[in-house]
Amino acid sequence: MSVTTWAWLVIAFPLAGTIVNALGWPVLRNAGRAAGWIGTAAIAGSFVCAIGTLLALQDRAEDAKQVTSTLYDYANSVGVNATMTILVDPLSVLMILVVSGVSMLIHLYSVTYMTRDAGFVRYFAYLNYFVFSMLVLVLAGNFFILIIGWAFVGAASYLLISFWYRRRTATRAGIKAFVINVVGDVGLVLGTYFIFRSTHTLDYLGTFKQAADIPTGDVTAGCLLLLVGAFAKSAQIPLHTWLADAMEGPTPVSALIHAATMVTAGVYLIARMHPLFEQAPAAALVGAIGGGATLFIAATIGLAVTDLKRVIAWSTMSQIGYMILGVSAAAYAGGMFHFMTHAFFKALLFMSAGSVIGAMAGAQDIDRMGGFRKAMPFTYICMLIGSLALAGIPPFAGFFSKDEILAQVASRGGGWWAFYVLGYAAALLTAIYSFRLIFRVFWGEPVPEARELEEGHLHHAEQHVNPTDGEVEDTEVGFPGPDHFIAEREIPMKIAMGILAVLAVLGGLLFLPIIDTHPLESFLAPAFGDTPKFESVHPSDTLAAIGLVIGTVLGLGGIAIAHFVWVRRPGTSAALIARFPRVHALLVNQWYFDQLLDTLFVRPTAWFGRWAQSFFERVVVQGTIVGGATGLVRAGSVAVRRAQSGLLRGYVALLILGMAGLALYFLLQT
Amino acid sequence: MNISWFIVVSAFVFCIGAAGVLTRRNPLVILLCLELMLNAANLALIGFSRMHGNGDGQVFAIIVMVVAACEVTVGLGVIVAMYRRRVPIDADELRELHG
Repeated sequence: MSVTTWAWLVIAFPLAGTIVNALGWPVLRNAGRAAGWIGTAAIAGSFVCAIGTLLALQDRAEDAKQVTSTLYDYANSVGVNATMTILVDPLSVLMILVVSGVSMLIHLYSVTYMTRDAGFVRYFAYLNYFVFSMLVLVLAGNFFILIIGWAFVGAASYLLISFWYRRRTATRAGIKAFVINVVGDVGLVLGTYFIFRSTHTLDYLGTFKQAADIPTGDVTAGCLLLLVGAFAKSAQIPLHTWLADAMEGPTPVSALIHAATMVTAGVYLIARMHPLFEQAPAAALVGAIGGGATLFIAATIGLAVTDLKRVIAWSTMSQIGYMILGVSAAAYAGGMFHFMTHAFFKALLFMSAGSVIGAMAGAQDIDRMGGFRKAMPFTYICMLIGSLALAGIPPFAGFFSKDEILAQVASRGGGWWAFYVLGYAAALLTAIYSFRLIFRVFWGEPVPEARELEEGHLHHAEQHVNPTDGEVEDTEVGFPGPDHFIAEREIPMKIAMGILAVLAVLGGLLFLPIIDTHPLESFLAPAFGDTPKFESVHPSDTLAAIGLVIGTVLGLGGIAIAHFVWVRRPGTSAALIARFPRVHALLVNQWYFDQLLDTLFVRPTAWFGRWAQSFFERVVVQGTIVGGATGLVRAGSVAVRRAQSGLLRGYVALLILGMAGLALYFLLQT
Repeated sequence: MNISWFIVVSAFVFCIGAAGVLTRRNPLVILLCLELMLNAANLALIGFSRMHGNGDGQVFAIIVMVVAACEVTVGLGVIVAMYRRRVPIDADELRELHG
């Protein structure tokens, strides 16, 4: 089969899974885990086809690795040619491999994790739809399909975040995510317009060929608007607030949104649009600043938050910040490489967190956790591997990828060194907050739940409460059913986490910077071949080596600090909080970004809405326009109504008078 | 032969009918007066027909008679129905449709 046939199949499998699960609901809801296996099989088929795409693409010559295929013309008029086109090149193949591969494992995990949920079939229909949307997004061959995939992903994330729709907090979080994503959609569409205005084509390859001919103003405006889309989807400051709230969804959904799909779309977009961003250095700098700010601010917030899943969520934002910084600084291979390793260890971390939450019967506050090391050895090892990879300890995956980005950023020279320093400062914080989780959840005195589990009995909550606001919820559509599952006892969860743990250890080897052969970089080269910067930015071996040393030292130092604060002197963190209450409040309130956005946008909009209702709607529309028209008609009818006396003879008299008048008129005319 | 005599008679009859419609309140009499007006028109039509020497006016007159017959049938039916429902047989009392 040809490259593109494989690629079309990659999209077709999840779509088929969605349709089967959605339409087969009446049958499947009584069929146990069948829906879960159908969903998993669909993504597995997609993954196999992604491997087929990779093999078929590797058979082609080096200069023929960008293949497009058009299914049909969707609309072709007034100069817009919107076609159903996909573009297969090394970049999109890397994306579909990671997306389908990690999603497959998350589906496998979910089969167990969501077993007792009343919405099991619905869940897998949504999950397959999410993966389908993401694959459409990354395989898009023109802006038209990109926008479709982009909007689909936003809709799917809304469905999954508000999956437990009886939770008010979940529906609010879903709405928040959707609204912020729509802001991004608008940015993407407007950005496309600015670029289309000069190039008159929606096609990627056609656009990139003309990239140098677009006026500077247009390409800068277009790239800045594309950045709005990328920032909203990838949760970068200031459009990041939805992601922490998105933890309201089921834990595997968090893994899916944060590891493999949605949030990496912004990174992919910038990498995909690199010929345009290279024409607009100002926009690329804005992207780098946004990424740099996010990677640091999110890491500081990760230090203070106490919700297990939210800590990992802030860590995701921080890591995506690295990727955005990388691809904005033309370190495309480094950024994509970090995307890949991050997908592995972040999915692993979320799955481990899900297992811990299962052991806690739904509670997510790390203040209530502790001492799970003996009770959950497998989860502990997985979480440890994920945290080591996140902290960038050799030889785990994150070690190579983060330093690769920072070395490439530094080799740009000048002001870019500031990002280098910021990146390593955040790396220290990353090590601290990731091991804060390890030490607080798995070390220390075992909590009652952990002791119960050590005796072979899984804690069961009599009453389930919403971890966010403590509201009691029904298990009908609430937390995954009345039962909880931990990885130690469930084979599918174990398999999924085991594979990811292996990948988190070995994934980094694809990109050894010291050795001369860069497998991933040479694989991606055809996709970035037309860019001068991809060739020119190459950190010297000394710089790369120094970076690796600094990264290791900072990672180990961070772990040592975390060990000191939370294990050796357990009172230290409380003392720090008492000493610096303002700093703590700043971090716990997430640098007041929610309040800032609320004051700047939400409240003025709400005020405008109320004003529109009370003044514009009531006074202008109802009062003047509608009321004026009806008043006019009413006054007119009052005047005319007198003539309708109902007196038959009166009518006849008028009739005859009129006829006589008419006759007289004609007589006088002659 | 002069056409004007026919027209004068026709005009007289029409005026008598119109005056009857205007002044009388009994629907039955109003219907009779309507017949008078229609027949005045018929007389005029036949007079013109004769003046021009062709049959067009006579055809019109026959059509008017048919229309008049229909109208009387419906009108009398309405009056009988009103009588049965004990609605006052008085054109001035029947003014429920006033504005």
